[in-house]
Parts: sequence; C-alpha cells; structure tokens
Amino acid sequence: MGSKSTKSLLVAVFSLFLLTFSAKVFSQEKPVENKKAEGEFNPTKAILNHVQDAYEFHFFSTDNFEAAIYLPVILYSPQKGLSVFSSKRFGPEHDQTFDGYRLEDENTVVPVDPNVKVYDFSLTRNVIQTFLALALFCILMINIAKKYKKGEGVVSAPTGAQNFMEPIIVFIREEVAKVNLGSRWERYMPYLLTVFFFILINALFGLIPGAANVAGNIAFTLILGLISLVVILASTTTHFWKHIVWPPDVPILVKLILVPVELFGLFVIKPGALIIRLFANMVAGHIVILAFISLIFIFGAMSTVAGWGFSPFSVIFVVFDYFIEILVAFIQAFIFTALTAIFIGQGFEGSDHDVPQNDHAFL
Amino acid sequence: MSLMTVLFEVGYSHLGGAIGAGLAAIGAGIGIGQIGKGAVEGIARQPEAANEIRANMILAAALVEGVALFAVIAGLLAVLKTG
Repeated sequence: MGSKSTKSLLVAVFSLFLLTFSAKVFSQEKPVENKKAEGEFNPTKAILNHVQDAYEFHFFSTDNFEAAIYLPVILYSPQKGLSVFSSKRFGPEHDQTFDGYRLEDENTVVPVDPNVKVYDFSLTRNVIQTFLALALFCILMINIAKKYKKGEGVVSAPTGAQNFMEPIIVFIREEVAKVNLGSRWERYMPYLLTVFFFILINALFGLIPGAANVAGNIAFTLILGLISLVVILASTTTHFWKHIVWPPDVPILVKLILVPVELFGLFVIKPGALIIRLFANMVAGHIVILAFISLIFIFGAMSTVAGWGFSPFSVIFVVFDYFIEILVAFIQAFIFTALTAIFIGQGFEGSDHDVPQNDHAFL
Repeated sequence: MSLMTVLFEVGYSHLGGAIGAGLAAIGAGIGIGQIGKGAVEGIARQPEAANEIRANMILAAALVEGVALFAVIAGLLAVLKTG
C-alpha cells in the first residue's frame, strides 16, 4: 500500500474528518422540570445534579453555609467579549444573573439576551477532576519508570508501587496485546496501556464522595471511542478492505447485504458499543448509589423515624455497592482495552498467509 | 377519548421506560447466569484452566451487561425526555 507519506496523509485525513464535526454534547438536552414544591426533596433533580457536570464541587450545605469549591466560569461571546468570573456569582440557589449570563439547570450558561451567542470554555468540575486524576497518575507512573531505569526491580523482585503496577501491565501485555495483536503487539502497547489506565483512574476518582462523575459522561466516552476508532482504522490493511468491500466466495446477493452491514458495523456499531457500554456502566452505578441514598431522604420526608430507621440498611447496601463499583471500574477499563485490541487485531488478521510481506498496516 | 390520546399521555411513557428497564434486568440475569454456569462447569472439568476460563467469563459477562445497559439507557431516556 503506497508510501509512508500516503499512509500518514490518510491518518491525518481521518482525524481531521472526525474533528470537523463539532457537536455540543451534553448529558441531557432538555431541562427536566422541577415539579415538586420548593424545599421538598426532589430525588430526580438531586441524582441528576450529582451525575452531570457542574460549575462547582459541592460537598454539603447547612442552613447558612455552603461547603463548595467554586470554579471559574470562562465565557467568550463575539458580542460581549471574554468574561471570567467565579461561579459563586450565580448565588447559592443558582438563580442570580451576573454580567448578563444566568445558569440554567446547573450546567448550562445562558445569556439573558437571546441574541448573544456564547462559547463556554469554563473549567467545570469534570475538567478539573480529569486533570487532577491525570496529574496524579503521571506522577505515579513517572516515578515507577524512574525506579526501573535505575535498575531496581529488573533483576530482583520489585517493591512498592512497582510491585502494584507490574502485574497489571504484564496482564495487559500477555492477555490483551500479545493474544490479539500477534507479532505487532509492541507498537500498540502505549495506546492500550494509556486507555486502560485513563479509564481506570477516572472511574476510581469518580467514586470518591463529592467528586464529579467523569467516566459516566457521554462526552468523555465519546472521545475515547473516536480515538479508538482512529487507531482501529489506522491499523487496517488493504487485505482487510478487500475482504470487507468484496468478500470472497460469497454469492452476489449475500454480498449486497453483507457489505453495508460490515461497513456499518465497523464505523458505527463497534465504536458506538464501546462508547455506550462504558458510559452506561459508569452512570448506572452512580445512579444506583445515589438512588439508595435518596431513599433515606424520601422516607425521611414521610416521617423522621422512617428516615432514621431505614438509613442503616441503605448505608450498608451502598457500601456493598461501592465495592461492586470498584470492580466494575476495573472490568470496564479492561473490556474497553481488550475490545479495542481485538478490533485492531481484526484489521490485520489473515494478512500473513496469502499476502506479500510488504503489505503493512499504517502503524 | 380515543386510544391514541390515552396512549400519548406522559405517564405511559414513564411506565414503558420502567418496564423496559426491568425486562433488561431479567435478560441480563438469564444471560450472565448461563455464562456463569458454563464457566463453572468448565472449571469443574479442568481446574488447571481456571484462570483462562475466568478471564473469558468476565469478558463475556461484560458484553452481555453492556447490552442490558443499552436498554436501561433507553428506559432512562423515555422517563427523562418526556415531561
């Protein structure tokens, strides 16, 4: 297949093609109406507030004190220019207007004047938490790599953090990379390890009480799925495309059905399933935990005794569910990585036996 | 009141979403139960292969659970996007 510059050009074209679709991706489109009276506990609103993005890290609130970390709101409007202010300006009930902007449903900044177009570049809690998780993880991994470079743990048994990471990395190398990718496993190890640990560290951070729900955000998983799609497409060979577009030894009528189905499966279903599987697992886990905590308050609204009496059961179940959520974080990170490796392997399978050896994948 | 005007009320979409999510739970339970059954029988026949069987069981269970959660998301959309 062509020269190296043709391959690089095609990778660049694929990536640019995906980037030209700029879509505002929210976890929800329309505002959920708050049908209950003010002051009454609304479990739907409480759960959605915890599961979606927001402009503050909210921990708890007493009668006259809100324990929250207010994050900067950075807005750019062609009409009004750049506005940077703390989200505290929106008030404790999120109903105040500042600088011509107000907050709608806790996570959308809307200009008061509908003719003003605003671009939101704020550092919301998802952004801050992602960077924090990533910084912590980079520090951890770089320290471990330095220890290996110094020679510790290479001919002797590793200790400490090395000892924790090594089985995981060896597991990814042996069970995920080498099994699915054959002789080309080494090129893909950086990406597979990155995606595994990125999903894992963000999912684990999302479980901390008070933290943001990053892994259960459709925008987060959407980008991960699209990057996986780019890697999968970049590792396909001409042999693969020949078999997709013209499957051999198949009747012509079956070909007419098979080719669209294969193409649809490759471009839409495979990345779509990766995206939705990770998103749904993470957000469903958070919703179950939040629903059981909300049950305490729902019972408490009926009678104080019922609220207090139910809380031990609720707390015990939530602690049990937390352990399941930690397990699910590991499993979902592994599944995403393993499926990406399987799809990459499908791109260059079969090209070893009947194709000349100079037909290489892009990577 | 015709059938259509009755069916288009918001309560029915909430009911449909909740029942759909419940059915998805049944499907996931049956599917993952069968995966577990096959895995445990495989380990009983050949205990040395326990690790490989366990890894494949987790992979298959996560795929089945993914499908069940697609249905849960559909149920959530039915409740949240209508009234």
